[in-house]
Amino acid sequence: MARFEGEMLGRAERLASLYPDPRSAIIPLCHLAQEQDGYVTEEAIAHIGELVGATGAEVQGTASFYDMLKFEPVGKYVIGVCTNISCMLRGGYELLDAASNTLGVPPGETTADGIFTLEEVECVAHCDKAPAVQINYRYFGPVDSDAFAELVGQLKSGELDEQVPEHGTLIRVLRDAPPPIPLEEIDAERARQDAEREARAASREV
Amino acid sequence: MPSGLGRTRSGRREPPPGRCSVRIVGGRLEHPDSHTLERFLATGGNNSFRKALLEMTPEAVAAEVLTANLLGRGGAGFEAGRKWGMLRKAKRRYLVVNGDESEPATFKDHLLVERDPHQLVEGASIAAYAIGASLAVIYLRGEFALGLERVQEAINDAYRIGALGRDIFGSGFSLDILLQPGAGAYICGEETALLESLEGKRGFPRIKPPYFPAVIGLYGAPTIVNNVETVSNLPWIVEHGGEAFKSLGSGRSTGTRLFALSGQVNRPGVYEVEMTKITFRDLIFGEEYGQGLAPSRNLTAFIPGGASSPWFFPEHLDLPLGQDEVAKAGSMLGSGSVIVMDDSSCPVRSAWRIARFFARESCGQCTPCREGGTWIDRIMERIEIGNGREEDLDLLLDLCDNISPGVVWPPAQTTICVLGPSIPPAISAAISRFRDDFLLHIKEGRCPHA
Repeated sequence: MARFEGEMLGRAERLASLYPDPRSAIIPLCHLAQEQDGYVTEEAIAHIGELVGATGAEVQGTASFYDMLKFEPVGKYVIGVCTNISCMLRGGYELLDAASNTLGVPPGETTADGIFTLEEVECVAHCDKAPAVQINYRYFGPVDSDAFAELVGQLKSGELDEQVPEHGTLIRVLRDAPPPIPLEEIDAERARQDAEREARAASREV
Repeated sequence: MPSGLGRTRSGRREPPPGRCSVRIVGGRLEHPDSHTLERFLATGGNNSFRKALLEMTPEAVAAEVLTANLLGRGGAGFEAGRKWGMLRKAKRRYLVVNGDESEPATFKDHLLVERDPHQLVEGASIAAYAIGASLAVIYLRGEFALGLERVQEAINDAYRIGALGRDIFGSGFSLDILLQPGAGAYICGEETALLESLEGKRGFPRIKPPYFPAVIGLYGAPTIVNNVETVSNLPWIVEHGGEAFKSLGSGRSTGTRLFALSGQVNRPGVYEVEMTKITFRDLIFGEEYGQGLAPSRNLTAFIPGGASSPWFFPEHLDLPLGQDEVAKAGSMLGSGSVIVMDDSSCPVRSAWRIARFFARESCGQCTPCREGGTWIDRIMERIEIGNGREEDLDLLLDLCDNISPGVVWPPAQTTICVLGPSIPPAISAAISRFRDDFLLHIKEGRCPHA
């Protein structure tokens, strides 16, 4: 399951072919690997390297820079509690403590049943709903300790399945469009437009 | 002449409060289905792109934007038209839209990508036409899961109705737009770091010069990087003209801006406001906007333009929301994010939390930022929890001076990008204004606000 297979392989190959330089697909492909396996496995890193013409070390070097990319298994739901300034001013740290109590794990850890990972996160741009919580990058707020416990209950019972899909962010982001126009064609278009532009400029000078 | 886009604490989307006069980027947001193609087309969607393609030359579009004096809405406030004018002549050019909104307390692009993604795509298309780019990339913060879904849908819709792809509207102009997700790194909002990330690398800001990606940008080609809100203004500018845009606001601050109000204020939210026409007092206390503070609380400080801008205090409340007015008073309008602190909050803690953010998000390339930021974070933390030393205040100011010599505004720089110099303003402001609070923490090990 760690290399891309079946439908996911098709998505991966399409992603790699979108860009003028296939390496631009490294980050999207890491997201895709997370959709498939929950985290970016070593096998996925090697496979991404093959798809974009990079070594596994190069892919790892890029991927390790980014907070959203995980290299170890995480819970079905990754819950982030924001403690940055706007949320802190409205009880973000108190909420993080409450979340930790409710789930029984400190920030950075996953519950024994593998369902929840708790994280302290930086500003999630949901500041008017402070203190804010992101669950698999879906946003909730303002959340107090009771509301948090309720959210956890709803996740367990499946009530939020529609709103909060499993794992990363790309699961529902599907490009449905023709392949981008080849670069050579773009270059010809560019040359044509530049010629037009110059002709216009020349006619103005006359 | 205000107009609000009320997003309220109750979570309900309310109709805009107050008088609705001018709404430029928020015109559709009163509709619950503002993100759909149907609403977009029913409210003039693509009329401007069509007009630009069929009735205007690219130069004419660029000239309107120059006339409008549209200042970049991402944080630096550079004139978009001038930026476009710096584009080096080359075979390939690219447009990149910066939607990596991560400046603490900034949440207006989050609103735009979720609630009016088609406007963003139309604006990006107009910008691409004006600068002669046939490939544009919208780079969105990876955490914006719903925003990514909706922008991709809007892109798909645009291809389906012939607004993207080959020979758009029969004009001969062709354009592809790709959507790129980030993966969690504040620094990728810095435009050269964003380009590195987009090329599949770590988000390390590039060494300057060249100062502008218009010279060397994506894949080494000249590239324009514009913010989400900036390009979302373009459909209106093309429809109404640069002069009409410029007639709103005053001085260099033209048009409207989305102000994101958060912190200890009764009604946080995103408000679209004509530039320079209201003051911070109006925004924080006005009935149509923030509606003031909790009962019996007093304002101690507010941050006018995102976490990296120098703090303001009650004596600054009557400054108008304008680029130059705020700069003249020693801060910046930045990303348009106003953070309110009342006297129940501890300024030491607030300054520490901001410093901690920048320390965590430092990319690590430059020593003053990487080490200085980390030192400041640790020293501020020990003061906050009651283990501080009296000499810590001088040490903090010395560290600030090493990151940003003189701790002046606008900041001097010892680093590749401005992330490092974003740390000192909060620290120096808090120490100079709230020295007694610091000393209480240090000498008595207690917080007067606890």
